Amino acid sequence: MSDDLTRPVRLRPLDLLRLGAGGLRTRPLRAFLSALGIAVGIATMVVVVGIPASGRLALDRELSALGVNLLLAQAKFDERTQRLPPVPEEADAMVARIGPVTAAAAVANTSASIRRTDAVPPERGSGITVLAARPGLMPVIGAGVASGEFLTETSSALPVVVLGDKAATLLGITDVSRQRPVVWINDRWFTVTGVLAPAPLAPEVERAALVGWQAAKTWLGFTGHPTTVYVRAAESQVEQVRKVLAATVFAERPSSVVVSRPSDALAAKRITDTAFSGLFLGLAGVALLVGGVGVANTMVVSVLERRREIGLRRALGSTRGQVRGQFLTESALLCLGGGLAGVLLGTLGTVGYALSRGWPADIPPAALGLGVGGALLIGVLAGLYPAVRASLLTPTEALATP
Amino acid sequence: MTEVLVLTDVSKVHPGGVTALDSVSLRVRRGEMLAVVGPSGSGKSTMLHVMGTLDRPSSGDVEVDGRRIADLPDRALCALRARRIGFVFQQFHLTEGVTAQENVATALLYAGLPPALRRTRALEALDRVGLGHRAHHHPHQLSGGERQRVAIARAIAGDPAIVLADEPTGALDTANGQGVVELLRDLNRDGATIAVITHDRDLAASLPRRVELRDGRIVADVRAAEQTVRLGVAR
Repeated sequence: MSDDLTRPVRLRPLDLLRLGAGGLRTRPLRAFLSALGIAVGIATMVVVVGIPASGRLALDRELSALGVNLLLAQAKFDERTQRLPPVPEEADAMVARIGPVTAAAAVANTSASIRRTDAVPPERGSGITVLAARPGLMPVIGAGVASGEFLTETSSALPVVVLGDKAATLLGITDVSRQRPVVWINDRWFTVTGVLAPAPLAPEVERAALVGWQAAKTWLGFTGHPTTVYVRAAESQVEQVRKVLAATVFAERPSSVVVSRPSDALAAKRITDTAFSGLFLGLAGVALLVGGVGVANTMVVSVLERRREIGLRRALGSTRGQVRGQFLTESALLCLGGGLAGVLLGTLGTVGYALSRGWPADIPPAALGLGVGGALLIGVLAGLYPAVRASLLTPTEALATP
Repeated sequence: MTEVLVLTDVSKVHPGGVTALDSVSLRVRRGEMLAVVGPSGSGKSTMLHVMGTLDRPSSGDVEVDGRRIADLPDRALCALRARRIGFVFQQFHLTEGVTAQENVATALLYAGLPPALRRTRALEALDRVGLGHRAHHHPHQLSGGERQRVAIARAIAGDPAIVLADEPTGALDTANGQGVVELLRDLNRDGATIAVITHDRDLAASLPRRVELRDGRIVADVRAAEQTVRLGVAR
């Protein structure tokens, strides 16, 4: 028989929350400490997700500033002949005639050696390559001049050189605005007329000394075959240009030309820089697990300590389900509090780190949602066993607890 | 129907073979006040548990407010306790860290009262035990006697069919104990049905009805106004 007197009431959600919170409120220090474990785990997780995301966002912004429409056609070194293939000298001019191409410029490796002075013995190479460069190179690779000026049509025939920023550092020449130093290339002096700013999309140019096309032919025994053609194309057409680029550069042997997109390479490199994040995510998982075990432990102890309260509640008319619900709610609230604190700490940590690196902070909302949701799930899981244990106590057993 | 509690041939055998109650029959009428008295080991606690539906008998029938508890699942018994039975314990069982009012209001939670009504009823119950002015005190700020009064308020707040008081004076000094008994008498005069389970013969003798328990059997059931009826020894 089931009438109004014997039908158990359904606890209102708010009442259940109040019951769960009551258990925590009476033991604040313990609640704080066990929630701390969860908070640390969730904070680690948010940081581990947030920092690489911020890094990627920073990279994306950097790349879009540099442009992702740069293509690179490089002559492939021939293993059999031990020589670079003879790419036609007018390759960059041919490429510039492809419809969507907005600009193209070639450089060529001259295999000349560069030294600070003629007193440096030749065997002490500087590790700097000497490239013959077209005057239009700068806008194509998206670099600028840090000091002095770049090669012009006129200066291309003169014994002048422009240094990439790393090459300039190696040679100890970073400022040419007041006086024009000279360097020793092969067996004559070249005047340094410019130093380039960093060119992230063309790291090989950063480490090079650039001389004029004609000057290289005149003094460095350069044969005129380009080794690399830099190409800018309309952004929407980059893939189409990429397909025809090798054949345009070297119609006779397209297979000896390798086409790549420097922004991809740069992105790939930067992403591997943060690839260790998988390990940290694992560590965050372990922290969370430890936090969950801590909460489960707290709840088990709490159930043991509160047998009398459980007995009283059963005597007052609480059903097993309501006792279970009370302890589950308590555990879930504990972890939810920890999760919210963790999300807050993690966000602060990520923003702090991003600021220190000059990045924009980017925390995927999914990470925040998963953090809080995950904490809640852990709370329910951790509370399950203690709650069931509490509910299985008979009222007489529970009340008989000394 | 005037019986709020009927025990018919109730026996309780604990696991291990100890017979705690042996064919006990008892009828409690609405508005009665009785003592269940006996030395320790006489089955008092088991009697309380069975009367309060905290435990089921091994055999026999228990009816609370007209419902046979043998027919009811555990959930229904909980609901019945929440609405029709009030408990007072020797150790008060108040929750530390919350006010007297909240301690009383908690009891009404399981009867399904909304929060505002729970608070009002709790305050009314505290007024009835003379502790209205202490409603916002925490248990540790109250004396033992006051704590037991809060516990009594908790038991009567839901207007139960019967209040079961288990050694309500056991943890109190004589003066406070007497105060608590006076309170229970007053509540009974106002209509509450109260069963006091105690080992204290003097306390039992001061109540209108005395049910004496020994070795799990009722050996005497005496109403103050009536002649002594000896049962157990004769049987």
